[in-house]
Amino acid sequence: MYKSVSQSVLFHVLFVLFTVVSLPFVKKEAITAQQLITVDIIQISEKTQLPFAPKAREIIEKIKKEQEERVVTKQAPPKIIPKEKLKAVPLPDQVKNKKKEEKTKQNPEEIKELNRQSSEFEKKELFDPNKIAALIDKSKEETADIQKKQNLELTQNQDSSVNLNKGITLSQEDAIKAQIYKCWNIPLGLPFDQDLLVRIRLKLKQDGSILSSEILDHARMNQPGQGYYKVLAESTLRAVKLCDPLKMPATGYEKWKDLQLNFDAKEMLRG
Amino acid sequence: MKKFCISFFSILFFTQASFALVKIDITRGNLEPLPTAVSKFYIEDPSKFSEELKKLKLEEKISETISNNLKRSGLFFIIDPKSYIQSPNIAHVKPTFQDWALIKAQIMVSGKLVIDEQKRLRVEFRLWDVVGGKEIEGLALFATPQSWRRIAHIISDKIYERMTGESGYFDTRIIYVAESGPKDQRVKKLAIMDQDGSGNKYLTLGNELVLTPRFNPTAQMITYMSYFKNLPRVYLLNIETGSQEVVGDFPGMTFAPRFSPDGKKIIMSFAKDGNSDIYTMDLSSRVVEQLTTHPSIDTSPSYSSDGKYITFNSDRSGSQQIYVMRSDGSNVKRISFGEGLYGTPVWSPRGDLIAFTKIFKGNFYIGVMRSDGSGERLLTENFYQEAPSWSPNGRVLIFYREKKSGKSGTGGGSSLWSIDLTGYNERKIDTPTDASDPAWSGLLSK
Repeated sequence: MYKSVSQSVLFHVLFVLFTVVSLPFVKKEAITAQQLITVDIIQISEKTQLPFAPKAREIIEKIKKEQEERVVTKQAPPKIIPKEKLKAVPLPDQVKNKKKEEKTKQNPEEIKELNRQSSEFEKKELFDPNKIAALIDKSKEETADIQKKQNLELTQNQDSSVNLNKGITLSQEDAIKAQIYKCWNIPLGLPFDQDLLVRIRLKLKQDGSILSSEILDHARMNQPGQGYYKVLAESTLRAVKLCDPLKMPATGYEKWKDLQLNFDAKEMLRG
Repeated sequence: MKKFCISFFSILFFTQASFALVKIDITRGNLEPLPTAVSKFYIEDPSKFSEELKKLKLEEKISETISNNLKRSGLFFIIDPKSYIQSPNIAHVKPTFQDWALIKAQIMVSGKLVIDEQKRLRVEFRLWDVVGGKEIEGLALFATPQSWRRIAHIISDKIYERMTGESGYFDTRIIYVAESGPKDQRVKKLAIMDQDGSGNKYLTLGNELVLTPRFNPTAQMITYMSYFKNLPRVYLLNIETGSQEVVGDFPGMTFAPRFSPDGKKIIMSFAKDGNSDIYTMDLSSRVVEQLTTHPSIDTSPSYSSDGKYITFNSDRSGSQQIYVMRSDGSNVKRISFGEGLYGTPVWSPRGDLIAFTKIFKGNFYIGVMRSDGSGERLLTENFYQEAPSWSPNGRVLIFYREKKSGKSGTGGGSSLWSIDLTGYNERKIDTPTDASDPAWSGLLSK
């Protein structure tokens, strides 16, 4: 019993040792990052003296000549300016003016603030903390633009999808609105600063024709002092009748068979 | 318990399955004038009409006057009568709405004329909703045949009221100063006419210079200024009887007398000791009361429709601006703050707006603002125009405009114009001569 067990153990130990030594994939080597090779791109002529092909030589020489012609310009001889003879002792104001005139002359040593180039270190010093606000504002504008874009995308996406609150899509709603807009003659004399919202409930047939139309706050029409409301309500009823039959979506009759139109002329009357 | 659970869950399930009511907001529409057909009125029994009446062609004239009134308001588009399919007599009894819908009419007016035993003219009219297919207004009016024009105006007012919700302004008159002759010898007469320019009559002979006539809101009476022996006098004239009386002689320059809303007082401005201030005069007691005492020039006073406030113009701030005060002269407040000069403020009969003349960069504007000075809107601009006066419904303004005269002094001339509050419906009112200083009466048939 012991003999067979020890043989088995020995055999297994040997097998493991053999595996570790002989099989390469068992020993995992540390992954070492490959070194990046840097490549400098240089002109061949800088390192070799190999002659150019005759055509290439001609072209290179031609370019060189052109460059030399451009750079070498003859300097104009300095203009001889006669010395000014002072007729009288200049007054302090005149002296100041003269100094100002001198400033207008070109001074190669003077470096204008706008033209001055600055190193990276200098740039840090030139950084104006007052401009932070402007930068923040710009970033705000950018984020607002992004948000607007996102909103637009969202509404565009919604447009094609079903508006769960209403049961019809926004594009279908727009199509219905467009039909009513054409039929509604808003009475022009109405005041814009009064609450003149007219709500009409429509029952529609499957072909879009109107089965019944009912003004929800009908009682208001006959109340004293509600002349404007009555006029507006009648105009909306005319609009609905002129638009009969409405062009409705071919599908989803159950969703749009009952319709409520809220007529509000306030914005139009305000102009 | 089991039954309850089943019914509860089944209700819950079906409620979830049903759709919410589709609600759509309609916030846009056509702002075009309402397409309207005015069918020619017809004579029911022509044999009863005398030859004289037949020659008058009242059936045509009444419908024509109604059409013109409605068209001029800018709120109605009158469809060409040549396109009407149905004959007037059938249209009045039982219109075929399809025929009227075919020519795109949304409302239709029909009517008939009858002469009764007392030789009175009976005019019936009906207003039809073509789209709704029903009658929405109907009225019968009696009058002498000569007053057919007033009947037409009253019918126009009824249609206007029914279709806009506010009272009309067609059965009204306009008083103005008719001007004629060369500039150095200008003859100025008082004249009166219907709001559409018809029925023009002269009330004075033109011997004296007349200025600024204004209507009494409650009676057919006018007040105006006239120069008698180079002295300004304020007169009262009863239009119906023609009787005239002098309210008083006022020394110095006197400006623009105007009635209070109850017609019991006259408000005006006149110069006393070289200073122009606002005064009122009680017409029954003739007691004069001074309302402003500022050393500046205060002129052109006008009462609010409830009589509680007065608006006027004054240069107390350094330039001519509009002010509002209580009717006792207290609590003076400046309300105009725009660029330019403001003058001739007139309170709307509705009470919400004040019309004014504005002078800015050499041009004259007629505009309106709220009584607190907000919401200033300029309605029209011209070389020279002023003196706005409100229609009784507070929707239209009448004013006069002068043309530029040539270098030699020729040309020029003044005329009456009207404009509604939208500023789009501006129209010239034809008068036989040059005209200035118009004033609009209240509704005659109140």
